[in-house]
Amino acid sequence: MEQLNTTNSVGLDTAGDERKAIVETLQFIVISVGEEQYGIDIRYIDNIVRMQHITRVPKVSAYLKGVINLRGEVLPVMSIRLRMGLDADEITRASRIIILRSEQEGNVGVIVDEVKEVVTLPVNEIEKVSREAKDGKPVFISGIGKYNGELISLLDLSSITLEENV
Amino acid sequence: MDTSQYLEIFLDETKEHLQNLNTQILELESDPESMDTVNEIFRAAHSLKGMAGTMGYKRMQNLTHDMENVFSEVRNGNIKVQPDMIDVLFQCLDALEEYTNNIQSSADEGTNDNEPLIKQLNDILNGNKGGGEAPAAASAEEAPKAESTESGDAKWNNIVFDESQISVINEAKSQGKEVFGLTVEVQESCILKAARAFLVFKALEERGEILVSDPNAQDVEDEKFDKDFTLVVVSEVPLEELIKAASSVSEIAGVIGAPLNLEENKNIKAAQDAAATEAAQAKEKESAPAASAPAPVKKKEEPKAAPAAKPGDKKISKPVANRTVRVDIEKLDGLMNLVSELIIAKNSLVSASSQSESGATSPAFNEQIEYLESVTTNLHESVMKVRMVPIESVVAKFPRMIRDLSKTLDKKMELYMTGEETELDRTVVDEIGDPLMHLLRNSADHGLESAEVRAERGKPPVGSIFLDAYQDGNNVIIEVRDDGNGIDVEAVRNKAIDRGTITPEQAASMSDKEIINLLFLPSFSTAKQVTDISGRGVGLDVVRSKIEALSGEVEVKSELGVGSTWTVRLPLTLAIIQALMVVVGGEKYAISLGSIETLETIEPDEIKLVQNEEVINLRGTVIPLIRLPKVLDVESTTDAGESLVVVIVKKGDKLAGLVIDELLGQQEIVIKSLGKYIKKCKFISGATILGDGEVALILDTNALI
Repeated sequence: MEQLNTTNSVGLDTAGDERKAIVETLQFIVISVGEEQYGIDIRYIDNIVRMQHITRVPKVSAYLKGVINLRGEVLPVMSIRLRMGLDADEITRASRIIILRSEQEGNVGVIVDEVKEVVTLPVNEIEKVSREAKDGKPVFISGIGKYNGELISLLDLSSITLEENV
Repeated sequence: MDTSQYLEIFLDETKEHLQNLNTQILELESDPESMDTVNEIFRAAHSLKGMAGTMGYKRMQNLTHDMENVFSEVRNGNIKVQPDMIDVLFQCLDALEEYTNNIQSSADEGTNDNEPLIKQLNDILNGNKGGGEAPAAASAEEAPKAESTESGDAKWNNIVFDESQISVINEAKSQGKEVFGLTVEVQESCILKAARAFLVFKALEERGEILVSDPNAQDVEDEKFDKDFTLVVVSEVPLEELIKAASSVSEIAGVIGAPLNLEENKNIKAAQDAAATEAAQAKEKESAPAASAPAPVKKKEEPKAAPAAKPGDKKISKPVANRTVRVDIEKLDGLMNLVSELIIAKNSLVSASSQSESGATSPAFNEQIEYLESVTTNLHESVMKVRMVPIESVVAKFPRMIRDLSKTLDKKMELYMTGEETELDRTVVDEIGDPLMHLLRNSADHGLESAEVRAERGKPPVGSIFLDAYQDGNNVIIEVRDDGNGIDVEAVRNKAIDRGTITPEQAASMSDKEIINLLFLPSFSTAKQVTDISGRGVGLDVVRSKIEALSGEVEVKSELGVGSTWTVRLPLTLAIIQALMVVVGGEKYAISLGSIETLETIEPDEIKLVQNEEVINLRGTVIPLIRLPKVLDVESTTDAGESLVVVIVKKGDKLAGLVIDELLGQQEIVIKSLGKYIKKCKFISGATILGDGEVALILDTNALI
């Protein structure tokens, strides 16, 4: 959450439009996972790559799909579907791996069904969601954004990349 | 500019000097008459003092100054080396080390004045010298004086002054200030001449104004000078003080100086009437001895009264170790990473060429690939060698430690070391000190018996501890051995039962070796009483985890009443290894060649069951089989009736057979970390990128056995 607050000034620069003096904005990449749409704060995204061969690592949590070679570095890749308790991924031509930056744990890749678009949301259009878990399930959402009449769940990346949430 | 940019050099050198002092004083203890040792100590103490002074660490400077005084007296034969004195000197070294550590962590030396130590040093001085210092010091100063008048090639007289400088000089003189010419010579072995020069500049600027520098200040800063530079300084302080200030900078070979006389300047002189010059010179010569200040003083870092030839000899005989370049380890890491990338690229070339069918690859192409392979392998080896340092830097402190332990524990013991020149990767050497120190302490404290017990057992009264290092293939072995009591297996067994670590039933079925391995569990110490030295129960488990973190292993062999041997095995390098590529259930894995004993083909009917575990009898040895597909959760591609490919791997003296599906061959691989994310899988020690860009996991055979 602190991260969100500190980002506002960066949002200003990246938004780079005339309204910046009035409303602070944040940019999100919209992805689809199953039927739902999620937004990922663009500043935590290092890269988006096409699906590639993933080397399985034995004896780890099921949602950790394995490791890939990203330009000479070995990166772990997780399935966000399995992480959220959904069915296993169906890999299609639209599937992508989003490389998230994580200072503490190192970069990590997340498999998503599709990358749709980049949206700019004013901060006052984002509603924060409490992190308290309902019926024992972890909450991966940090807020809900309104965009063109649609609702976009904003992913709380720290809780996704935190291992001990399962 | 400030001195902080030289802090690192200062720390490095201080540590070197301290280590040197430690070694030399130990030597002095065993051979109190050795003048070479005393000289060496004196030099090191002197350099330390100078360095501390320039960096502004006054307390450190004071302490070293008093130490230097003591050594100076010893050198002059006024004090005999006594055991008490050695003890005090060691305490001084500890105090200096504390300063150094403080400086390292906070750039400040701390506030401990160590007055008791300084007092003790002074007591040594006063108690024994009988007023010998003053004449000695005087004679020391006289001798160089005489020397320098002869060597009076006053370089400042060659400087070309421009008119404004001449007018400044004249003005300064008219104001009653003195103008001096100084030539500063740095040691030939000096690595960072510019840094030294800067320190000289700084020292002089505190005391006066530098008017002219030859070569000019910028060139000096860029290290564009041979080994000396000449300065013209306007100052109100006497010449001696300037020379002292400049020569207190370490690695300065000598400073000569004299009041500047413009008439003596060759360039100005030339313009003048020849006769007039001669007259002036004659006059100058006459007046020089008359005045007391003008006598040029030459102070050497090694103020020996010996003639100039001797220091010259010394320089030549200096060890070649000085012909080195200090390189930031991070730069080497960067280089190593590039080599890794190159090897990955080379591997992809190899795999691309072998995959292209229809024989499209020409012989010339293959030849070049082979050439490239040998170049990259050599390159890797060279870079690896650059990163290698002798373990000496770590083990050199152990004799001193054992000496201290011997006193605190009141046991007589001697440390014998071999193979200090054995080299290991720098990162490993940095980490290996603590585990080794712990093993040595362990041997000294728990291993060696008290004098009475030793006498009873007919052992020599002085206990022996050995530290042997040697290279064994791709590993370095460091053994810590003692001729002490050995490990009492029964005591360990009982203790483990007492503590609930194992049940009595388990204890009964465990072999001695397994029992001994319990020692490596956290908070397990059999010491009957907790001592200062070891036995706090936080020891051997830390030793093991630290060594394992370096991809090494530690083992112990022990015989009750005879002694124990702790064997630490470390890989030569951490980044690139030779590995055997295998296929298990369609997935590729790498096994480090270092841990592989042999490869075998086993028929299914050769497999026997012992206690429901599969084993094979290989040439008389019973080896347990580990079916890798099962361990790695994959379907084996080998049919039940087919013969099995088994990789025999070793861990210490234990063997195991890993059942795989297919052999791919040997390959040089670059080890990459899986990251913090996937640390849960203990069978996998890392990953590597194959020629085709795929990632293959590296099996940690030690965890499998």
